[in-house]
Amino acid sequence: MQLTEIRIAGFGGQGVMLSAHIIGKAAAVYQGAYATMTQSFGPEARGGAASAQVILSDRPVLYPYVTRPDILIAMSQEAYHRFLPELKPNGLLLVESDLVRISDLPAGVRVHSIPATRLAEELGRRMVLNVVMVGFFGAITALLEPDALRKAVIDSVPPATRDLNVRAFEKGFEYGLSTLHGERKIETDHPPLPLESQH
Amino acid sequence: MPHADPKGVLTGVHFMDGDHAACEGAIAAGARFAAGYPITPSTEIVERFAARIPTVGGVFIQMEDELAASIAIAGAVWAGAKAFTVTSGPGFSLMMEHIGFAAMTETPCVFINVQRGGPSTGLPTLPAQADMMQARWGSHGDYEIIALCPNSPQECFDLAIRAFNLAEEFRVPVMFMMDEVVGHMTEKVVIPPAEQIQIYPRRHTRLPPGEYKPFEPGPDLVPDMVHAGEGYRFHVTGLTHDERGYPSMTVAAQDRLVKRLKAKITRAADRLACYETDGVEGADVVVVCYGITSRVALRAVHLARERGVKVGWLRLITVWPFPTKQLRALARQIKAFVVPELNLGQMVLEVERAAAGQAETISVPHAGGGVHDPEQILDAIMEVVR
Repeated sequence: MQLTEIRIAGFGGQGVMLSAHIIGKAAAVYQGAYATMTQSFGPEARGGAASAQVILSDRPVLYPYVTRPDILIAMSQEAYHRFLPELKPNGLLLVESDLVRISDLPAGVRVHSIPATRLAEELGRRMVLNVVMVGFFGAITALLEPDALRKAVIDSVPPATRDLNVRAFEKGFEYGLSTLHGERKIETDHPPLPLESQH
Repeated sequence: MPHADPKGVLTGVHFMDGDHAACEGAIAAGARFAAGYPITPSTEIVERFAARIPTVGGVFIQMEDELAASIAIAGAVWAGAKAFTVTSGPGFSLMMEHIGFAAMTETPCVFINVQRGGPSTGLPTLPAQADMMQARWGSHGDYEIIALCPNSPQECFDLAIRAFNLAEEFRVPVMFMMDEVVGHMTEKVVIPPAEQIQIYPRRHTRLPPGEYKPFEPGPDLVPDMVHAGEGYRFHVTGLTHDERGYPSMTVAAQDRLVKRLKAKITRAADRLACYETDGVEGADVVVVCYGITSRVALRAVHLARERGVKVGWLRLITVWPFPTKQLRALARQIKAFVVPELNLGQMVLEVERAAAGQAETISVPHAGGGVHDPEQILDAIMEVVR
């Protein structure tokens, strides 16, 4: 896996940190890659914007912060506006379609959207929207093995909510596959994104 | 050496931040007492200890302030526990008196400082490495400590165990100098089985009460201990004391005691020296760094090598005692040291002292609140070879 910088942002309570934790854990613990996760602390982390950063690589990660993300997962309008400018040209943007209105999109950015909150509500618990998003991320990017992500979900949530979270993951993953319209086969045969190495 | 008590070892592969990993390292090392006054960015360490220690068997006390926390651990040690406290800059300042007390009374213990921007309350949630000289010199009088500096969550675990082992072996307070980035970053942490973790046990006397003298040193200049309630008479004081532990305020007693406190560490300096290198052989420039800055610096080193510069990288793991002899030998082979750190120039003074004029020493300061841009370090490297 080439070095991939991911920014996940939304508002407090959406489970932004947990989704970043699951992605990092899937890479580092279940797929033998390297992952470094950092998060915003302090006043900016309260209430409004919540943001987490994960760097995935097949080599040890040196610089710990995301500077030009390859992938931005935006789960609120504020997060979209705040972090879109730092997304790499030709980067990938994943959005919560009911919460983010796409505007001023730079040319070259690939966008995929999912009504993650609504899908989570269909499962009975709005709070699993972050895990729906992780499933969606897994299907769209094909960066990580689905099973690694699934194990990381199971390993990161309270035992009583495991089944619900696995269903949330599958729902997001299926939604992602369906939005790819069968392009997925091609994408898994090649690196899914034209990424530059940090090293 | 005996191995760790499996009860305290969370064997497995984890995705964990540096604070949590340091806590697991402390528990694996046998720490069964912590006292603290929680402070960002170190809070997660005591939070985890408070949650975990009832299942292992031990005590956490949230004290009224850092003075109390730092002396409570001394009490716990003399009652038989392995003990530590956890803080950040403002709390570390308040603990200085008791670091001196621990050094003077040869109380083995660990002080974890997750460094944030200062002075004073400074930048509670943001990184710095500006307490490095304070760790060495913060308390009054002549004394020695050991200080270790991890650069990843994995090393927070591994080095926390070494910190406790060194504290026991040398009967000295060990400073565990993390920084906010290392404390709050989450990475893979592998915790091995207990039987693969070696633990330096408390140096307990084999002499019976009556023959035992609490501050009579062995051949390594370190005395053996006893604990309260075991039937031994002993006296622990911050006053200059003789081998029986009684105050003895004479020039001769002061000379004997303070010189021994220093010598027990300096005599072992070669054995304590611990650093990691990359491409130092044949280098023109060597970047000397520690903690989170070492990772940013390695990125800069890679960039410089792409431009054809012969540049090495030396990461200090044991920061105090400073590996003077090793760096002096290296200074003879190179043109310059480049020293980036999240302060306005602290360990660079030690590098300069070690270089003793044989190699140029360039400081790459950063006032804290973030990490260097690798380009800043690269620029310093390129400037030297120009």
